[in-house]
Amino acid sequence: MIFVDSLTGFGRYMSMLGSLFSKPEKVSMYWRETMRQMYDIGVGSFWIIAIVGIFIGGVTAVQFSNKLMTFGFVPMWWMGSMTRDSMILELAPTISALLLAGKIGSNIATELGTMRISEQIDAMDIMGVNTHSFLLGPKIVGAVLIVPTLIITAMLLGTAGGALAGVLGDYYSIEEYKYGLQDDFQPQYVKLMFIKSIVFPFLITSISCYKGFYVKGGSLELGKASTEAVVVSSIAVVIANFIIAFLFL
Amino acid sequence: MIEVNDIKKSFGAQQVLKGITTTFNSGQCNMVIGKSGAGKTVFMNCLVGLVTPENGTINLDNRNIVPMSLKEKSVLRKEMGMLFQKNALFDSMTIEENVKFPLDMFTNMTIAEKNERVNFCLQRVNLVNANRKFPSEISGGMMKRVALARAMVLNPKYLFCDEPNSGLDPQTAIVIDELIQEITREYNITTVINTHDMNSVIGIGDKIIYFYEGEKNWEGSNKEVLHTSNEKLNDFIFASEFLKEIRKLKV
Repeated sequence: MIFVDSLTGFGRYMSMLGSLFSKPEKVSMYWRETMRQMYDIGVGSFWIIAIVGIFIGGVTAVQFSNKLMTFGFVPMWWMGSMTRDSMILELAPTISALLLAGKIGSNIATELGTMRISEQIDAMDIMGVNTHSFLLGPKIVGAVLIVPTLIITAMLLGTAGGALAGVLGDYYSIEEYKYGLQDDFQPQYVKLMFIKSIVFPFLITSISCYKGFYVKGGSLELGKASTEAVVVSSIAVVIANFIIAFLFL
Repeated sequence: MIEVNDIKKSFGAQQVLKGITTTFNSGQCNMVIGKSGAGKTVFMNCLVGLVTPENGTINLDNRNIVPMSLKEKSVLRKEMGMLFQKNALFDSMTIEENVKFPLDMFTNMTIAEKNERVNFCLQRVNLVNANRKFPSEISGGMMKRVALARAMVLNPKYLFCDEPNSGLDPQTAIVIDELIQEITREYNITTVINTHDMNSVIGIGDKIIYFYEGEKNWEGSNKEVLHTSNEKLNDFIFASEFLKEIRKLKV
């Protein structure tokens, strides 16, 4: 039964994605809505991503520096390259995506679920609006366009956080860290980060849209849909993270 | 004009609509009454194309909505306005933006023309100085007026109202009823109203249909509804002992 339900749900999710690709009633309205979503997601999530990015970079540098110092034979400039690669490959895209799954995932599911329960979506349907396209499309497109910027911000601030923590903790000098940053730079890691920063927001927003758009019932079901949006999109992110690493590294 | 011919709808084993046939004329307030669960909401959802019946036809000025594709329905729906029980105003938009939304979406009017139309509609429902407020900042009666203004902003040919007076005090309910009636007559709209409010039925019901367990049990006007010999309808209208006593005294 669970298998059949999951299969039905997946079919409906794919059908929802298919219905996004239809001619907009009015391009200017879609454009305005996409800009609004980009602003809400981008500006609304900037500070949390920035703060988490700095501290993740800092804590990575401190913990690894302690370990390296116990070994004694590894040069400390290596921390620059280690923090950079960790931030580019894993910490910036994945931690940011998991944070965004919690923040924008629940937000989207609750917004759409409330619109469904209070008949706002029915009202748009009756007006002749293609609700799939108008309500879901700008959210997904907006997130896919703006989240890479957030992830780059997290990566840069995390790397800076690593420098700050190392210097403050007297593990290495800023020159050592800078030297490490330039050592053995792999451009394909950045490519991988960009792939993740497009795939993750797509998964988070589309799953959250699906959970919110098709909610039935009242406030209890709405809360459940919001939680499911966060849980399912987080799981999807970590699975996609593995698949991308497996395919592209 | 809307012509409904033998529509049937089931959900699982339960048949909710059992062959409804009727006609709704333009310029009239057509009331659909009946107990909760009688099939009124499903019937209205069939009329607007949200639910597809298994059998029968629904002709809106000779255009059968039943076999239409979603795209064709979208075109037809631009001629419809709907007033929802819970108003369905968009929370994130101001009153003005709510009313302007259909114009933004479906017309190429200039900003000045849109503002003029929005102000006209808001004035028509006697709502002034509320343009910048959000739905959460106004009363239930005002919300109904905004919803009505939004429903009429594109000059609809058909107006559907699902329990327009629910949650309103009797005096405000009468104001909303009169507005619906005025707009219906003024613009020659075909209006269909689902309601439990007998004041509305008697006040503005040009045509009344009584649903009982998914069937059309009675049809008539507001002049006839109080004098019918239909026992089921009388039980519905004069539900309380108090009203039954009044009816006996009147008879």
